[in-house]
Amino acid sequence: MDFVNAIILLLNYIFIPALTYGSQLALGAIFVTLIYGILRFANFATGDMMSFGTMATILFTWYFQSLGVSLGVLPTALLAIPFGIIFMIFYMLLIDKFVFKYYRNQKSPPVQFAMVSIGVMFVTQAVVRIIIGPGDRRFFDGEKFIIKAREFKEMTGLNEGLALKSTQVITIFVTIVLVSLLFWFLNRTKTGKSMKAYSDNEDLALLSGIDPKKIVLVTWVIAGILATIGGALYGLDKSFKPFTYFNNMLPIFAAAIVGGIGNPFGAFLGGYVIAFSEILLTYAYKKFFMYILPESMEPSSLVQLLSTDYKFAVSFSILVIVLIYRPSGIFKGKVL
Amino acid sequence: MMVLILMVGIFQSWNIALSIFNLCLISAVMTMGANIQWGYAGLINFGIMGYTALGGLAAVLISVDPVQEAWRAGGFDILMSLWLIVVMVLVIRFILKRFEKSKIRTYSIAAIIISGILLIRFSAEPGIEAIEAVDPAKTGFLGGFGLPIIFSWIVGALFAGGLAFIVGKVALGLRADYLAIATLLISEIVIAIIKHEDWLTRGVKNVIGLKRPAPYEVDLQTTDWFIKLVEKFNAGKLSVIENLADRQAALNQLVIEGSSVFVKLCYSGLFLVVVIILLILTQKALYSPWGRMMRAIRDNEEAANAMGKNVVKQHLLIFILGSAIVGIAGAMLVTQDGLFTPGSYRPMRYTFLIWVMVIVGGSGNNFGAILGGFVVWFLWIEAAPISLFLINFFTAGIPETNALKAHLIESVPYFRFLLMGLGLLFIMRYRPKGILPEKIEIK
Repeated sequence: MDFVNAIILLLNYIFIPALTYGSQLALGAIFVTLIYGILRFANFATGDMMSFGTMATILFTWYFQSLGVSLGVLPTALLAIPFGIIFMIFYMLLIDKFVFKYYRNQKSPPVQFAMVSIGVMFVTQAVVRIIIGPGDRRFFDGEKFIIKAREFKEMTGLNEGLALKSTQVITIFVTIVLVSLLFWFLNRTKTGKSMKAYSDNEDLALLSGIDPKKIVLVTWVIAGILATIGGALYGLDKSFKPFTYFNNMLPIFAAAIVGGIGNPFGAFLGGYVIAFSEILLTYAYKKFFMYILPESMEPSSLVQLLSTDYKFAVSFSILVIVLIYRPSGIFKGKVL
Repeated sequence: MMVLILMVGIFQSWNIALSIFNLCLISAVMTMGANIQWGYAGLINFGIMGYTALGGLAAVLISVDPVQEAWRAGGFDILMSLWLIVVMVLVIRFILKRFEKSKIRTYSIAAIIISGILLIRFSAEPGIEAIEAVDPAKTGFLGGFGLPIIFSWIVGALFAGGLAFIVGKVALGLRADYLAIATLLISEIVIAIIKHEDWLTRGVKNVIGLKRPAPYEVDLQTTDWFIKLVEKFNAGKLSVIENLADRQAALNQLVIEGSSVFVKLCYSGLFLVVVIILLILTQKALYSPWGRMMRAIRDNEEAANAMGKNVVKQHLLIFILGSAIVGIAGAMLVTQDGLFTPGSYRPMRYTFLIWVMVIVGGSGNNFGAILGGFVVWFLWIEAAPISLFLINFFTAGIPETNALKAHLIESVPYFRFLLMGLGLLFIMRYRPKGILPEKIEIK
């Protein structure tokens, strides 16, 4: 019985939260990696673009709520996400036309692109804060839990409860669907293949008649979808605050680089690598050992490798180690 | 630029004008540091925030009086852990030198690092807890050396340079945009450590009331010569007032205002000295053979390498120099504020804003860097009043109760981001070399 309790404990406090957080990171990381692979620059506006998409989703959610439209047990935001995506794509294309296109035509070095993306970051941040304000916003409605901890305890008679939030299930489900669709698109359709070709070798791709304008357009569209959904899922699960989104850019970058930048599948897994290592290394295992060890061997301390304050630092250290020893990432991406 | 600051002095108040001026000077120093790396050598360093914070930490460690009780409680454990770290580094160096590169070597080094960290954690834990338990509301940390805070400007540079040495060894081989990301993340790690190692820095509890190199306002207000000085300056204004009691009250008011202006002037003087010294040094460096070599490396690494220049070594050197200058600025900042708040170090303010200054001012030009520091900081501070004025101007016809107008006025503080972003984008597009572009005169 104790063993089952220990497993449930790990599931509840490590596995499910890490899987959810990892999914959110993974979507962002694929976004970074696509922009890097095809448009060839490190997009420092990632976090703020995600917060822009989330903001659009929140505005539509409020609009639907004021109309009285809802999805019953599901959050209204799911209904708003498609509209948020359209808004986001529109914004991204606007930025591309007025900002990035010029540098692409000039064939500027990646550093210049990165600098420009910092300008975009400032502007997006301002726009988001001016429209919706810098405060903390929760826009979740509908049923909050699928399984409550107390119900689970009563159902199974175990000591440990397993709480399953609906946002967690939605996040994981949506991520799986979205990522499978994306990989199907990249690997099976003609446009997807030409995107890969363009990413591999621009000149060869141009020679074989691939239209770069179309590739760029499709990339921004996919990026818009990923950014909005990733951001909205994070906001549903936790809450929406522009500053948090800006900070999330850093673990997202870490995930993309750890997975091998330019490689969407690597970025997808990188998200989970980062999320699991963050949570595994900062979790206090005292209770876990209390269940599986005999009473005489119970640990007195918290058995915590690092304090939770260092959560972010963990992912960054992993990134630094990867950069030193395997600069192309765990799964081979572009060589630096 | 000076005219603008003078205008603020006349229209808002001299106090505000001087505090803007002081921060402009500090920003100028930071920008010069970043400019050396980016403009001279083409190295991108997004870790400005980390070096600034280390400079601030130096200010704390130098100026605060040592907390004897804390040293007695846990000093021994901390020193032991320091020794352990030194031993660990030496062992790793020994292994690296002694054995050939192999998988076993890599794994054993990893094992040493992991077990070393665990060992240090366990040996330091009781000491850290004891230190943090010593009067946690006031101290709860080891304190510093109790020296004048001015020394910290040098020590801050050393700290930042030391960190830059480690970072440079690790990350300088990376391509430019990866270097940017890596330095950004490393600076976040530095901040995380400063925030959470309470025994060293008090963490988010902040250190307040640091010693000053300038006199205190309260002391000035009771000093005779200062009151006489204020009286002399304002003789015209005071002589108009007939009543003796009124005149005394007016004088007191003037003295209080004057004292804070005077203190700020003292800081301005100190900072100005630093800026001028750095400017002379960097200008000399720019035109020296060394500066020529740096530009050669920046413009064509392979050619410079072929000419027998050690590119890796020079990159590391300039990375350390630039970061050290940023460290000085960090220490200056804490000196001026008189307090150290690790929670306030955010990448937006201390990394990206400084980069806007570098790009806007003109990379590779020291005067450009100073100008960038002044212009951008001035706009950053004055953006809110300016945009408030503009909003009121353009919505003059709309009644005050209009929801849109109220919302816009409420979000005035965020227009500074918009201004910075648009400024950066326009400069990048239409004047990619900055306001004062790099200009090398061959004499």
